[in-house]
Amino acid sequence: MSQMIAAFFERLNDTQGLNFSIFYDAFDRSRFLTGLWTTTYICVASILASLAIGLIGVWIAGSGSRLGRLLVRTYVQFFRNTPPLVQLSFFYFAVGGVLPTVSDGFGGQSPLISGTGWAIIAFSLFAGAFNVEIFRAGIEAVPETMVEAAESLGYTRFQLWRQIVLPLAFRICLPALNNNLVNLVKTTTLAYAIGVPELLYAASQIWSEMFNVREMMNVLLVVYVLLVGVLVWIMHRWEKAMRIPGYMP
Amino acid sequence: MKKLTALALAFAATLAAAPAFAQDTLAKIKEKGVLTVGVKNDYKPWGFLDPSGKIVGLEIDLAQEVADKIGVKLEMIPVIAANRIEFLRQGRIDLMIATLGDTAERRKQIGMIEPNYYAGATNVLAPKSAGLKKWEDLKGRKVCAVQGAYYNRRVSQVYSPELVVFPSVPDGLNALQGNNCVAFLFDDTLIVSTLSGGDPKWANYEMPLNSEDPQLWAVAVRLDDLDGAFGKLLKDMSVEWHKSGKLLALESKWGIKQSPYLIETNKKLKGGS
Repeated sequence: MSQMIAAFFERLNDTQGLNFSIFYDAFDRSRFLTGLWTTTYICVASILASLAIGLIGVWIAGSGSRLGRLLVRTYVQFFRNTPPLVQLSFFYFAVGGVLPTVSDGFGGQSPLISGTGWAIIAFSLFAGAFNVEIFRAGIEAVPETMVEAAESLGYTRFQLWRQIVLPLAFRICLPALNNNLVNLVKTTTLAYAIGVPELLYAASQIWSEMFNVREMMNVLLVVYVLLVGVLVWIMHRWEKAMRIPGYMP
Repeated sequence: MKKLTALALAFAATLAAAPAFAQDTLAKIKEKGVLTVGVKNDYKPWGFLDPSGKIVGLEIDLAQEVADKIGVKLEMIPVIAANRIEFLRQGRIDLMIATLGDTAERRKQIGMIEPNYYAGATNVLAPKSAGLKKWEDLKGRKVCAVQGAYYNRRVSQVYSPELVVFPSVPDGLNALQGNNCVAFLFDDTLIVSTLSGGDPKWANYEMPLNSEDPQLWAVAVRLDDLDGAFGKLLKDMSVEWHKSGKLLALESKWGIKQSPYLIETNKKLKGGS
């Protein structure tokens, strides 16, 4: 089967000049699959981390501590109001350069955090800043009376959040959260600028050697449509599963 | 299903839409009064930005001479390795003088003007402390490189380093300075000129390996133009650049070590006339 596919695309190149080298050239295919894996890995890691950052951020922002509130506000302003590509370059070239190095196993030194590591950190912080605001919007939409009722029953702040505020807030902010996470998946292409072997990077390596820019551009677009499609499908399933009949959103 | 078919057709249409060009580029350039040339602006001293932000260098001098010869104004478009061939094919530039290696694969895409105007080979720039002795030492280690360079594929297939590839030369060099990789894979001409530039930043760096895979550099035009009037003009100019010693003179002007290729070609062409 795989040989038939390879033969088909090889013929397509010879006869039509449509060069989809990733389907018949083993070297190009392995580069492309590495790219697909790296992109998926960065997406999953930064989606999870950005959700955690959003939750922790909104918890601190809603707590009594003035210093905590100030810190979260500063963080949100800083990461929401600067371009992600600038943040990425800043971490990789500026911060990465002054961090201590570790042995690379060949008697030399290599940096503590790799390009992929910095990409995950930068994208998590970037999307996390938006998540803080998205969760805040959800939490503020939970009816005051419900919170007061729970408080009168003697709920602690943590119990109140875990059992009443977050479950309701989550349902309210899911559409906005979906948007932000879809955006995050697309933002991962920026990692190309610091040499992280993700999809765009792999594709541009291939087209600069095989001269098949148009073919690879089409492949890239289709792959991203599929990737984002999977994420949206999962989020919709989740949204549906969490629906409470009769409750507002 | 209908929708899918429509989508597939749309993609097929973008694939099939090959660029079409009018034939006589030289006449078109004269009519426009402008020669558009793709050049490098990050490849000292072949094409780089001087302190005032102007693009200067050996290749820029060549581009200016072509424009003067045709009698039109010169417009320079900075290109990078990853986009330059598409720029030329799509007609965004008429001519490319951008440290382009002349390979068989590329000859199918664009027209290479002969005689070639320069020659380089592949090597790495590495800190002396890395202790690299031979190419095999690169195996499994991180090596910075620049996108679209012809030697990336060969080096990664033969010596299997872990290539970390950046969009431009300064990004790659920054990453090397930040210890993000053990060496920077590049053309030896740029490495020599970087090392001999006297910048204290590079005092502890060296070019430790034997240069490999010598490669000629070519001025390039679209395939249609190669045998047309425009290609003919450039071929004649290129012969003249070698014969008159113009290229050798430009080397000394820009502080480049005399390349054996230029000396040899100069002798050959002079003897032949």
